Amino acid sequence: MADNLHFDTLSLHGGQQPDPTTGARATPVYQTASYVFRDTDYAAGLFNIERAGHVYSRLSNPTNAVLEERIAMLDNGVGAIATASGQAAIHLGVATLLGAGDHIVASRSIYGGTHNLLDYTLRRFGIETTFVDPRSSQDFANAIQDNTRLVFGEILGNPGLEVLNVPEISKVAHDAGLPLMVDATFTTPYLCRPIDLGADIVMHSATKFLSGHGIVIGGLLVDGGTFDWAASGKFPTMSEPYAGFHNLNFSEEFGPAAFITRARKEGLRDFGACMSPTTAFHILQGMETLPLRMQKHVANTAEIVEFLAQQEGVERVNHPMLESHPDHELAKSLLPKGCGAVFGFELAGGRQAGIRFIEALEVFSHLANVGDAKSLVIHPASTTHHRMGSDALEKAGISEGLIRLSVGLEDTKDLIADLKKGLRAAGRA
Amino acid sequence: MYVSVAGHRAFFSTGSGQHVAENESVLFVHGAGFDHTVWTLPARYFARQGRNVIAVDLPGRGLSGGEALTSIEAMADWLCLVLDELDIRQASVVGHSMGSLVALNCAAKYPDRVRNLALLGTSTPMPVSDPLLDAARANQHQAIDMANTWSHSSFAHQGGNENPGLTLTLSGQRLLERAGPGVYFADLNACNDFIDGDMLATQVKAETLVILGLEDRMTKASAGRSVAAAISNTKVVELDACGHSMLSEQPNAVLDALAALV
Repeated sequence: MADNLHFDTLSLHGGQQPDPTTGARATPVYQTASYVFRDTDYAAGLFNIERAGHVYSRLSNPTNAVLEERIAMLDNGVGAIATASGQAAIHLGVATLLGAGDHIVASRSIYGGTHNLLDYTLRRFGIETTFVDPRSSQDFANAIQDNTRLVFGEILGNPGLEVLNVPEISKVAHDAGLPLMVDATFTTPYLCRPIDLGADIVMHSATKFLSGHGIVIGGLLVDGGTFDWAASGKFPTMSEPYAGFHNLNFSEEFGPAAFITRARKEGLRDFGACMSPTTAFHILQGMETLPLRMQKHVANTAEIVEFLAQQEGVERVNHPMLESHPDHELAKSLLPKGCGAVFGFELAGGRQAGIRFIEALEVFSHLANVGDAKSLVIHPASTTHHRMGSDALEKAGISEGLIRLSVGLEDTKDLIADLKKGLRAAGRA
Repeated sequence: MYVSVAGHRAFFSTGSGQHVAENESVLFVHGAGFDHTVWTLPARYFARQGRNVIAVDLPGRGLSGGEALTSIEAMADWLCLVLDELDIRQASVVGHSMGSLVALNCAAKYPDRVRNLALLGTSTPMPVSDPLLDAARANQHQAIDMANTWSHSSFAHQGGNENPGLTLTLSGQRLLERAGPGVYFADLNACNDFIDGDMLATQVKAETLVILGLEDRMTKASAGRSVAAAISNTKVVELDACGHSMLSEQPNAVLDALAALV
């Protein structure tokens, strides 16, 4: 095997050696809860982080470990943790760093579930969030308080596809001694590696493009190993003795891997939102074809965007590949391989037109997901973002007539024919 | 923990253990541009076994203050000052790569201070290629890229870490990126300039363990065997499919070997 393997090769091989016992080429599903210890001293060594290996599958599992190492290699991180869902990944990241009395500055254009976690659920646990315009690094800077401990955004906003200026916003965060955490679900490391742009922590809903076939729920949390927790002085969970592990000081003992180690040794252990090894296997299968799929997703999306932009019944298409999009130039710089396959467009005729459009489609599936190999459609205001108030919806750019598509891998002739049916239905009074 | 050495604070990790005066001590010395965190697993092991663990950050690296020392001899002298500050007469000394040269120098020059010796990924001399030295001198990231490529076996570049969820190559890269300007060059240059190793190896009396990676491209296994042959009381452990970064590539095998000696 050659040095410094490239992305496509790592998508297939990263993190895995053929099974040394059986010779199995595919990653085996280690469907086991626990692991037999060599002897009592070895067992003590595993528990005390002296030995590398597995103890219990809530904490680590050989199948999951391949997935974790693979995504970390693709994202240029020092390590990763597979979680039960994308929401579990973001919660694990937040809970590893923050506690009651702490504060987050977050983009206001984010997935509805994440917005709910930050705006309602975490407030109940004493963690406050200020939401800001994702296009304004100055807004991020202005919202930082003495108790701020995290800056958060999505590389492509949901559903407005605002392109997060990671280099600028990471500088704002770092100047304040804070890490930047980025949700890169829509791009995957194939289209963007936020750590290379300045982010410190990346999370993915692996349910989407990484697994790619809409068959599992899973999340991934990646540590860039770039943030110096001790130097910041704002993160006692990282740089002070932890009574829950014999006064272990994570930044002192694990250096660049401090965050991901603490997340595993505390958050995964105590909150327990781990991934099933069978799920990890399915995600690994998906990742083997990630480069091929993302190329096709992006190419198909370009055709669909161009088609929709020319239709009379469409008031606006919101995709950074269009010159009309406010972040067109930034996207060319940060996302040169494309801006993914999820985007919104506005139908003339508002909510009723949207309903007629969706119900006329036959190839596009009406469901709550994105990043499937199959093309998907949904009406965000009534579904994914229904918990947001009208003011928050307006600020997030979600109108009553907004339709969100996730463009799949079908033949675009069939997709365009389907969309034409929907547009004809939408246009009927 | 910190002690003051030559007017600067010197950091060492105890592996989360407590120092007890009557217990035996183990001193760990990291490689070029790195710090004590490369030793975390064995440090924690020996601390639990009741040893006084001293996994140092050499001056100017990691959490230690002062300027980076520029010669292997100066680093060995500094180690003895650390032992003096801790009132430790004798210790097992374990060094990796550049740290193995420091440990070797310490054992030859201060035989009473070294109970036994472990040299991981070693070679005497330890020449550094001009392109790597030049890039490190200019503080170019290319130096880190070259070292990271050559420090790992072909297996490691594919992955399959024994340590779940961690990459094999990126942790080393991040450590080198944290080193201050000039530190990596100072270390590489110290290795390159250290030409007395063969002679010093013949002077070592302490029981010695040499751990070799059979895919090591920074310090080839054949060079490590030559070091072992020059030392009178030596055991050699050869790690199959292992590169220079043996502490991350095969942490359990390294620990098994160390546990049998120290």
